[in-house]
This record gives sequence, structure tokens and C-alpha cells, in this order.
Amino acid sequence: MKPGDALIDFSLSGVEDAPVSPADFSDKTALAVVFSCNHCPYVRAWESRMVEIQAQYADKGFQMIAINANDPLKYPSDNLDAMKERAVEIGMNFPYLVDETQDIARAYGAERTPEFFLFDQDRVLRYHGALDDNYEDPSSVSHTYLKDAIEALLEGRAPSTETTPPVGCTIKWK
Amino acid sequence: MLTIDFLYYEGCPSHDVALDRLNTVLDEVGLSAQIHVTKVETDEQAQELRFPGSPTIRVEGQDIDPPDAAQVAYTLTCRAYRRPDGRITPLPTADLIRQALLAATQP
Repeated sequence: MKPGDALIDFSLSGVEDAPVSPADFSDKTALAVVFSCNHCPYVRAWESRMVEIQAQYADKGFQMIAINANDPLKYPSDNLDAMKERAVEIGMNFPYLVDETQDIARAYGAERTPEFFLFDQDRVLRYHGALDDNYEDPSSVSHTYLKDAIEALLEGRAPSTETTPPVGCTIKWK
Repeated sequence: MLTIDFLYYEGCPSHDVALDRLNTVLDEVGLSAQIHVTKVETDEQAQELRFPGSPTIRVEGQDIDPPDAAQVAYTLTCRAYRRPDGRITPLPTADLIRQALLAATQP
């Protein structure tokens, strides 16, 4: 996907064992779809920041949805039971879904975990890429790409940065 | 001169940063080393090399952060390290590398 493209719809189950789709959050001004997983250290480095962002902007009209498309046979720590455990461990405050067929990841053109796709109220893609520019040390972040884009959308502006290279593990295809 | 093996998997994006960090720390501590860089490309190669993930650094054959033998899987994956505050990071810290280099030079 590229900025300006319309959201690709999906309905997937996950750690809550109930289907979730973007339409469930139609009241939200901004919606982030992030391809994520359990095993990747880049995700693990960033995941607390994902939880913080959801907590910070939930009441302002933002929702994040995480999708795990990795092959759990090759990477057992990415199976649904492990996802449920991780969601509890980190206090995950957004849906964490399974893309078992990997069709959604392919449709989005996702390649990495984590990889963020941020949509505006009309569900047009406005930002694609990384959460920020420092996976190692939150205190040394210079550019908060995703936060800046969320704030722009919540204020009715276009994000100043539309794309950054996603940084993370490759999606583990079947 | 130390012998260092640096093993990486291209699917993890920061191996070049790790290699730069290794060279920087070598300079800082004033040690010279022969670094053998190996690109791990298949699961079979990962098994053969006992590769627990990218990047892996071995100083004189000793992993700078030996993985838990009971839990380790040798496969094409990115490796998780821990920072001193407990947070996960995809790269070994400079301190971890420094300690491993200095330990290898102890009599």
C-alpha cells in the first residue's frame, strides 16, 4: 500500500477469540494497523511504546489493531497461545489478531514486524513505516513518526511525513 | 590477536550497526581482532553453525551472551538481547561486547 490508498478490510480473530474488523472502530478519527508478532526483538523493543500510544490517544479518537501473520509452525512463539500470554504480560490495550492465511499481510504489502499503516477518518492511508527512529532506547528518540502522524490526523492536518522505512524482522511466510 | 566470528541473517536489518559497534568497541579497548563475517542463509546452515539468531558474536569461540541451551533454537531469526534495565533490544550493547572482549583477554 502507499499513502492515498484506501484501507483494505479484514475480519480476523485473535487473543480475544472474537472477530475484529476496522468497522468496529468507525467512530475513531485515526486507525493504525500494525503487523506485529511475539518473537521479533524489534517488536519487543517497541511494544511498550505501542501500548503507551494507544493509552495516550484512545480518548482522543485513535485505535490501534495489531495483526500477527507469522507462520506459527516455523516460529512456535508466535502461536495463538503465546500471543495470549504476551498480551497479558505487556498489558496490551488493543486487539491482537491472527492472519492465518497471511492474505491480509500480502494485501497490505507488509514485509516487516513491526510495520505501521495509519489511516485517517475516511480510512485513507496517511502514514506507513516505523513507530519512531530508535528501537534501542526510547529516551534517545529524535523523530516520533507515528505519534506525529496520529496527532496531525486528530487535529485535521496531513502528516508531514508520509513514509519511513519499516524496521524489524521479516514476516515469516508459509 | 583475537579471533571473532560475526554471524548474521539478512532478514534482520541491523547487523551492519552491530558490526560497526563491534569495531568501535575494539578500537575503544585497544584490541585488534580478526573478524570472520558469515552470512547465514538457510536453516540447515543455522543448525550446522549453531546459530541462535542475528547478530551472533563469538569471541574466541565463546558467545558474548550465551543463549539458554534448553531453550535455544538454531534457525533464521533475529536475536533478542537485554539491556541493563531489562528491556529487549535487537542488538548487543557496547557494554556487553566490551565485557566479552576483556574477558577473552584475561589470563
